[in-house]
Formats: sequence, structure tokens, C-alpha cells
Amino acid sequence: MDNVASLMHGFSVALTTHHILLMMAGVLLGILVGVLPGLGAPNGVSLMLPLTFSMDPVSAIILLTSLYWGALFGGSTTSILFNIPGEPSSVATTFDGHPMAKQGRATEALSFAFLSAGFGAMAGVVLITLLSGWVASFALRFSSPEYFAVYFMTFASFIGLGGASPFKTIVSMGIGFALTSVGMDSVSGNIRLTYDFDILLGGISFLIAVIGLFGIGELLQTMEEGLKFDGVAAKVRVRDVLSTAAKMPRYWFALLRSSLIGIWMGITPGGPTAASFMSYAMAKRSSRSPERFGKGEPEGVIAPETADHAAGSAAMLPMLALGIPGSATAAVMMGGLMIWGLNPGPTLFTDRPDFVWGLIASMYLGNVVAVIVVLATVPLFASILRIPFAIIGPIIVLVCFTGAFTVGSKVFDIWLALLFGLVGYVFKKLDYPIAPLVLAMVIGDKAEDAFRQSMIFSQGSLSIFWSNPLVSTLMAIGLVLLFAPLIGMAIRRLRGREVTRAA
Amino acid sequence: MMRTTRLAGFAACFILAGAGAAQAWQPTKPVEFVVTSGAGGGTDNFARMIQSIITKNKLIDQPIVVVNKGGGSGAEGYLHGKAGKSDPHRVIFGTNNAYLLPLVAKLGYRLSDLTPVSALALDEFILWVKGDAPYADAKSYLDAVKAKPMGFKMGGSQSKDTDQTLTSMIQDATGAKMIYVPFQGGSAAAVQLAGGHIDSNVNNPNENIGQWKAGAVKPLCVFSPVRLAKGEPVFDGKGWGDIPTCKESGLPIETFQMPRTVWLPADVPADAVAFYEGVLEKVSQSPEWQEFVARTAQTGRFLKGKELADFVAKDEAANRKVFENEGWIVK
Repeated sequence: MDNVASLMHGFSVALTTHHILLMMAGVLLGILVGVLPGLGAPNGVSLMLPLTFSMDPVSAIILLTSLYWGALFGGSTTSILFNIPGEPSSVATTFDGHPMAKQGRATEALSFAFLSAGFGAMAGVVLITLLSGWVASFALRFSSPEYFAVYFMTFASFIGLGGASPFKTIVSMGIGFALTSVGMDSVSGNIRLTYDFDILLGGISFLIAVIGLFGIGELLQTMEEGLKFDGVAAKVRVRDVLSTAAKMPRYWFALLRSSLIGIWMGITPGGPTAASFMSYAMAKRSSRSPERFGKGEPEGVIAPETADHAAGSAAMLPMLALGIPGSATAAVMMGGLMIWGLNPGPTLFTDRPDFVWGLIASMYLGNVVAVIVVLATVPLFASILRIPFAIIGPIIVLVCFTGAFTVGSKVFDIWLALLFGLVGYVFKKLDYPIAPLVLAMVIGDKAEDAFRQSMIFSQGSLSIFWSNPLVSTLMAIGLVLLFAPLIGMAIRRLRGREVTRAA
Repeated sequence: MMRTTRLAGFAACFILAGAGAAQAWQPTKPVEFVVTSGAGGGTDNFARMIQSIITKNKLIDQPIVVVNKGGGSGAEGYLHGKAGKSDPHRVIFGTNNAYLLPLVAKLGYRLSDLTPVSALALDEFILWVKGDAPYADAKSYLDAVKAKPMGFKMGGSQSKDTDQTLTSMIQDATGAKMIYVPFQGGSAAAVQLAGGHIDSNVNNPNENIGQWKAGAVKPLCVFSPVRLAKGEPVFDGKGWGDIPTCKESGLPIETFQMPRTVWLPADVPADAVAFYEGVLEKVSQSPEWQEFVARTAQTGRFLKGKELADFVAKDEAANRKVFENEGWIVK
């Protein structure tokens, strides 16, 4: 109960008018950077960092974390409205969020997304409050084999999924793996697949791929279908926000399961993107009516959003307690901690309780503020769909290309985004899924590094993946997830045979 | 009338131009700080700390924009510097990787594509083991390693980089053989050691301080010619100054340090170099910088001009020797 007392002290630090105003400013800025693809949370935070040099650390971190929450929320907005994820972690939200918007249910989709995101974030913060000490020591048990097992679980949960054939999923994932291996390989220090083009040395950013595949690809398709968005007839009423909120309790199980997946992936190094994908996959697999997913099922919005935000806030814990950033944004904030004179590590909680608990309290407050602010913007965002495509289309192109340039300030990336756009269009025409490609690009290189580090650890023996109870359990779950669809199919066949025999 | 005004205008122009030439070079547009590491890395902290000191003390009139170009172990940043040939508004922050990277990987730049400006600090390397490991000093640990070839794991950040170079030097000096595991960065290597997944690392003080404070790791010796500055006690009454040098604990490696360096693109005007040298020298004398260096247990040392060139030449030669032994040099 010590933690609760510390938290109360934290609230006394965070609950000042000055801090609440900082939170609102942070959230609004965050929504802005989150809405613009490419200019994601990491960029937003590093742009704001110099402004915080003259602030005291508590105010500074409150501003930056609020910006982070805002960006996470903003990222889902464009996923739902335009099928363009503002952040890689909101890719999974497009699967059902955008179909809902197309059916004229944009308000409902946005409200579901924001409310469940708020719920997930709260779940993550509660965990940090209650279990910080235990989680930090648990995270220490993770080494390369365990990391690999977590990534393996994520990939495995995704293969048997989706309307497309598993074969197409694997092809798409394979292309993603190939793209992510471009550049310098950190395990051997060698340069791969750059063909002596210096521009490829830094690798191909998954942000560019997301902008191109989803943003440009979607626009090409919309143009082919007749230059208009289908959501035009959507009615935008404030009452819809409230009626959606009333429907939330119905999805209590999905919320709970997704929060747990999110928290798990936030503590282990899976991160928000992997969390949202995995949560979506689990929701679809455990659903009684999986055929509704991908066609505008609210649970398909709730699951990834909850997990995304649960992971996002839970990832703050390894950052503070161990100094391992759980996400790109956390890495930037850690740089900030250093400049403000704080050393992340196990003793930060005891050395600077005012800072740590002030931050945790601000995570509670910041998320409440964020949910209120974004819900208030729902009608505004939903009405964007009423603007004729001839006006909004070119603006989206502009935003996409600007975003592509912002990622690394390279003109080359704009061409790359265009190329990815064509690839995305072709993928859609041939019914290849795009999401596995993005997933492979986001966590593929980490999975590869973890695998090869494990091989160095064990001097080439695969038995390292069964060397302790933790990694064995993770691997076993991964294998079950991978083969479950096959086993299910086999059982159904066998049963079918018995039935025919009986007849 | 018209003519006189024009004349006066010309005259004014000449006077202004004359004044401009007499005065030292000043940035005329926003200055770009190119960081050759990702956000949150050691080089990132180095550059952003300098940015914050310059901003606070208004040492540069133009705004400063920090961009991270950490791809290819930092090569991306140096290539960006090469692309900005003769542009004195592009300042590149790095380590000794500026001149070591082209030795081990085929990259599109050479050292001659950069103009050295200065070095502000030397980052130290320390041999660390897990907090509850049974070794009291470097000698007993290395004896244990020697007794069991390839039975111990050394973790470090990246491959063919400083940590692996130092590991190779330790092996050469002692005859020990260990497995080197490359991680994404020093913070990962620190946590892996605290969790007992590896047996030792050679992290910079700053990368391990959080874990040392908690007693999860302990330092055995520092690869520096003299002991570090005393400072405040970190854990169990011991501080940075209490760590013996590796030489005095029987590990014959006199010194291994990593300079934190600043560069400009090639072909920039000499007074632009002088301008940044001046600004950075002021930064290095500021109390904020002294505090940063002390907190991160680096050794503050300002190098420029010939001193810097000599340092670079010596450091490159020492590293090249190790690279040749290991067969890392690319043709």
C-alpha cells in the first residue's frame, strides 16, 4: 500500500493549474502530430524537447507524456477516417475502423476507439502503480531467447488469421522481412542489400511503408472507385458519442483481454505495434462470429486500441525502472531524462519519488484529459468526411508526402512512399494482405537480432529456446498459435469423415 | 537626385560588406545539429546537452535544429555531412566512429569528407560484472575466464565497435577467450548483465550507473591511465574515484577511451571552423557542461586544431591494429 500513498503524494505534485494546462497543450499538440502520418509521436517529442530544457523535470515530462498520449489518440483518427494510420501502432485499427466509417458509422468508430484506448491506458497505469517493483524484476529475466519467443508469438498469432490465404500472409510477411534487413546489420556490423546506394544505408523506415501502402494505396483505390468517400452521408451527432459510451460495458471481456495483452507486450519488449496486432488476432480468433471482422465489427476497433494504449503506458515502466525504452518515443524521453539530470534505473523510484510518482499521477490525469479532449473533437473529425473528395484527396496526398519527408528529411523517401503506394494498390488488387508486411517491418529486425543473439549465446544450438520454463512456455504458446488453425482444420476433417461413415 | 541615392546605396553596401568581412563568420540561417546515433543514445545526449547549453546562454543567434541520423552505426549522419559539402550550417556530432567506421565497412565517405572541429570529452570504459558475482577484482575474474575458454559471455553494444574492440584487446592482453554478444545499445547490455544473462560488459559509466546504484552490477576496473574524479559515492560508500585502473589491477591495457567529437563538412571557410571552436570551447567551460561531465563520469577534455589531429591519428592507429588482427578491415 506504500505505492498508493506515494501515488497520492504524486497527485499533489501533478494536480496544479499549471500542470493541467500543460497536459491540455500537450494533448492538443499530440493529436496534431498524431493525425499527420510520418510526423509521429517520436518526432513530436523530439521537436518539443528543447523547449523543456528550462522547465523543471516534472513539468517537462508531463508535457512530453501528454503529447505522447495525444499522438496515440490522433493516430487512430486517420486510421478510421481515411484508412491511413497516423502511427504504425494504429495499423490494426484500420481493419474494422475504416469499414465502419465507410458504412457511415465514423462517430461510433471514433468513440469506440477513444474510449477503449482510454480504458487500456488506465489499465496500464494501474499496473504501474501496483506492481512496479515486481514488474521491474520480472523484466530482468528476459534475454534474447525470451525476446525472440515474444516476437515469434506475435507472428504466429497472425499467420492463421485473415480472409487471405495463409500462403499470401506468409509471402507478404516475407517481403516485410526482406525490406527490414536493408541497411547495416547490428549483429555482424555488415551492410546488407544496399547495392552500394548510400541512401539505403539507414534502412527503409516502416513509417514510409505505412504512409505509402495505406495512404497512397488507399487513395489510388478510391480514385478508381469514383472519386468519393462512402462516409459522406454520415450523420454527426453529439448524442452518438454518448450512446456509444453506453454500449462499452457490453465489450467488457474484449477490453479485459486486450488490456492484458497490451500490458504484457508493453513490459516485454513487444511494444504497442505488436500488442495491437496480437490483440486484434486474438479477438478474431476467439470470436463467435469471426466472419464479421474486417467488415466493421466494433470489437475489431476496441481490441487493438485497448492493447495499443495499455502497451504504450506500460512501456513507461521498463523505461523508468531499467532504462530500456519500450518504444521509439520512450527513447527520446529517456534522452530528456538525462538532460534534466535524472538517471533512469532501479533506484529512480527511491531517489526521485516526487518525479516518478508525479509522472505516474500525471499519466492518470493526462489520459482523462486526453479522452475528454479527443471525444470533444469527434464530431469535428467525423465531419471531415463530408468534405468532397476533390478537395480532401489532394490534401491527403500533400500530408502523406510531407510526412514521408519528415521521417528522415530525405527527398528519396517521398519517391519511396510513392513506390509503396503502387505496391499497396497492387496488393489490394491481388488480395494480398498488407498488415503482415508492416508487422514484419516493425518487429522483423528485432526478431532477427534476438534470434541471432540467442544463437551466439548457445553457440548455434536451438535448444536455447527450451532452456528455462519462461522461454519454453512462450515458445509453446507460439507454436500452438501457429498450428491451431491447422489442427482445427484436421479435427474438422476427421469429424466430417466420421459423420459420413456413420451415415 | 536619383543617382545620388543609388550611389549612396552602393556605398552603404560596400561599407556593410567590408564590415562583414572584418567581423568573424556568423551563421546566417538555422544551424543543423546532425546526431550520428538514434534518439536517446550517448551521442544524442552529447549533442542535445550542447544544444541546451548554447540555447540557454545564447551562444548562437540562429535557432538550432537537431536531427538524428543513426542508420548504419552512424554512417548515415556522416554521409549527410558529406552531402553538405562546404555548408558551414551543418554540424555533425559523433565519436571516434567518424574515422573508424570507414575502416570496417564499405561506406560512401572518407575522413577527408569531414572537417574536424573539436572534441569535448573522453568517455571512459569500465569492466563490469554482476553485483553478486564472486570476483573481487579484475584479475580474479579474468583468471576465471581464462580457466574456461569460451565459457564466459561479454556483452556490448553493436559489433566491430568500441565494445568489441576492447573485448578483443582484453583477450589479446590476457590470453582469455570469451563469447562476445552484440546488443542494440549500452542500456540493453546493462540490463542483460543485471539480469545475469551475460557475465560482464565494458559499458561507459553512464550506461551502467542506474544498475550500479541498485547494486545489480559492480565495477572491477577502469581503462584509464589515472583513476576517475572522486565524485559522490554511488553504491555501498564507493564512487567513481574508488574504481582501480585496469593497469593497477593487473590487466595490462593502459588506456581505452572514446572521444566525443564534433565535425563540419569538407571545404568550409576557416573562420566558420574557428567560430564553432569558440562556441564549443565556451560550452566546455560552462558550469552546466562541467556538471554533465561529472554526472556521467566522463573526462572533460577540450581538443582542437593540432592537438585534435594528433589524437585522431594516434587513436586510429591503435584501433587499426586491433581491426587488422581480427580481420575486420575492408578493402
